[in-house]
Amino acid sequence: MWKYILKRFGLAIVTVFIIITITFFTMNAIPGGPFEKEKAPDPAVKALLEARFHLDKPVPVQFWYYLTDMFRGDFGISLKTGRNIMQTINESFAISAKLGGIAALAALAAGLVLGSIAAIMRNGVFDRVIIFFTTLFVSVPSFVLATLLLLVFCLKLAWFPVWSAESHSYFLPILALALYPMSYITRLTKSSMLDVLGQDYIRTARSKGLAETKVIFKHALRNALIPVITYMGPLVAYILTGSLVVETVFTIGGLGSKFVTGITNRDYPMVMATTIFLSVLMVVATLISDLIYKLVDPKISFD
Amino acid sequence: MKDTLLNVKDLQTAFFTDSGVVRAVNGVSFNLEKGKVLGIVGESGSGKSVTAYSILRILVDPGKVVGGEVFFKGEDVLKYSKREIRSLRGEKISIIFQDPMTSLNPVYTVGNQLMETIMLHTDRNRSEARQRAIEMLTLVGVNDPEKRVKQYPHELSGGMRQRVMIAMALACEPDILIADEPTTALDVTIQAQILELMQELQKKLGMAIIIITHDLGVIADMCDEIIVMYAGRICERGTSDEIFYNPKHEYTKGLLRSIPKLGMGHIRLKPIGGSPVDLLNMPKGCAFASRCDRAMKICLTNQPDEIAIGPEHMAACWMNVKAVYDEAADSGNKQGGDDK
Repeated sequence: MWKYILKRFGLAIVTVFIIITITFFTMNAIPGGPFEKEKAPDPAVKALLEARFHLDKPVPVQFWYYLTDMFRGDFGISLKTGRNIMQTINESFAISAKLGGIAALAALAAGLVLGSIAAIMRNGVFDRVIIFFTTLFVSVPSFVLATLLLLVFCLKLAWFPVWSAESHSYFLPILALALYPMSYITRLTKSSMLDVLGQDYIRTARSKGLAETKVIFKHALRNALIPVITYMGPLVAYILTGSLVVETVFTIGGLGSKFVTGITNRDYPMVMATTIFLSVLMVVATLISDLIYKLVDPKISFD
Repeated sequence: MKDTLLNVKDLQTAFFTDSGVVRAVNGVSFNLEKGKVLGIVGESGSGKSVTAYSILRILVDPGKVVGGEVFFKGEDVLKYSKREIRSLRGEKISIIFQDPMTSLNPVYTVGNQLMETIMLHTDRNRSEARQRAIEMLTLVGVNDPEKRVKQYPHELSGGMRQRVMIAMALACEPDILIADEPTTALDVTIQAQILELMQELQKKLGMAIIIITHDLGVIADMCDEIIVMYAGRICERGTSDEIFYNPKHEYTKGLLRSIPKLGMGHIRLKPIGGSPVDLLNMPKGCAFASRCDRAMKICLTNQPDEIAIGPEHMAACWMNVKAVYDEAADSGNKQGGDDK
């Protein structure tokens, strides 16, 4: 078990390193730079700035500088605001984590409940309604959904403020973020539950004289959870990338919006730091979901 | 007086599928007495398993019992409430299934699944139930039962799992054990062991057994009575000896011809020709007529009733009616001859 975790940890470091390398070189391949504005600064000032941040050196050399700094724990300062990157990430991640965490939990809880109900009441009205809406939400991308929610609930119905710095309502962004994974989990739970309910061991459970609730919640649900747990890793990935767009649409200063503005500003240290942070998060989430998998399915062995 | 445990009367079960109504069980009646072994034989789709599931009411959608009565100790279980039927299952009538590989829940330990039944139907607490589980595993010949209760189904072999299923079914000392093709998924040596075990336990615990199989050979020396089913109906019933040595239905004869025997050498087995009847489009007459070598005109138009061959032997085949007439005609001719 510990050997397995250690092995996965080693692999995770390799994965993150590859991500860092690819991001660094593609980022530098994008035309433009952090100090090229519509109003061009004095060439002398620009040259000084570039020299200060090693931007005048060849890209592989820059990469070397970046890596050595990174291993010392120094992620640099934002080329846009001049603030310490780690501090910015800490602040914005708190917001993103709250948003994404609630969205993920809501998606998981609602998805499991709705999916189980749809499976048990298969072909009933409730099942059909659930399947109609989940198909809809699985098909609509989050940026369209976010924009539509903003349009309908903030502008047309005016139930929520479009934006206010003081009382930021997280309801709509969470909804925009959670609807897709919730729908996906619902569909996944339904099909896996239907599959499990047709298994021989469910017939065995019924033939023992167990009550239907016990058959479903003890014997069926735990088996039906297995494919849902497999989706946990991708779910975290979706929430992270989804929040890039949703945070931008709802102008929430989370990690996602820092990442997006970082790219448009060619704020290299910001892009790198957010990428590293997100990929570490992703790798850890996948590892955790694999470990949970082992808890639920005794057939999984790490040896 | 006969001690009847189970009395099935004109049981009819249908599956309401999208392509039509499938009458899987069509008027099946039988009696099961205390401590007896009843064999139900037939090919896939003959309705033998569905009969068993109907008795316990564990049919899944779109299957439904549409007619008949099932009396257990004089009470019609088809009229039982959900709660009443649950206290019947596993406590008074238990069932073991064909495939032990898939019949145990993969995510719970063997002990957990055994104890669940025991705690449900008796007032034993956890540690007593655990003790009983170990006791049952010992009874069915599982080695190292203390260790086995902590293991998951995938850690046991097929034969072991079927023993666990039997232990689970017998844990509450049921009156009837239904064994639905208990050995089909096992290899031959294990088959013999499991059947031997069932016979031994039957003698020890005195329960009645309904054994369902497609293989007449398997149950030959085990059953007191055998029912042969075809297309949802009983085509022949009788004592084991009557069925084996004096079969009166063409389908039973066909089944017997398709059992390989030791010392047959290179003689080819004679399979029953044709394919099973389409349950969606049941023929008007005898369901077996299209595959029967000796089918007559009447077989295509009229469903034969069960006709008594002997005191404990019935067959639903027009050939037997014909035989009676022929005999009568023969003796009539003889008498006529004498007159001359």
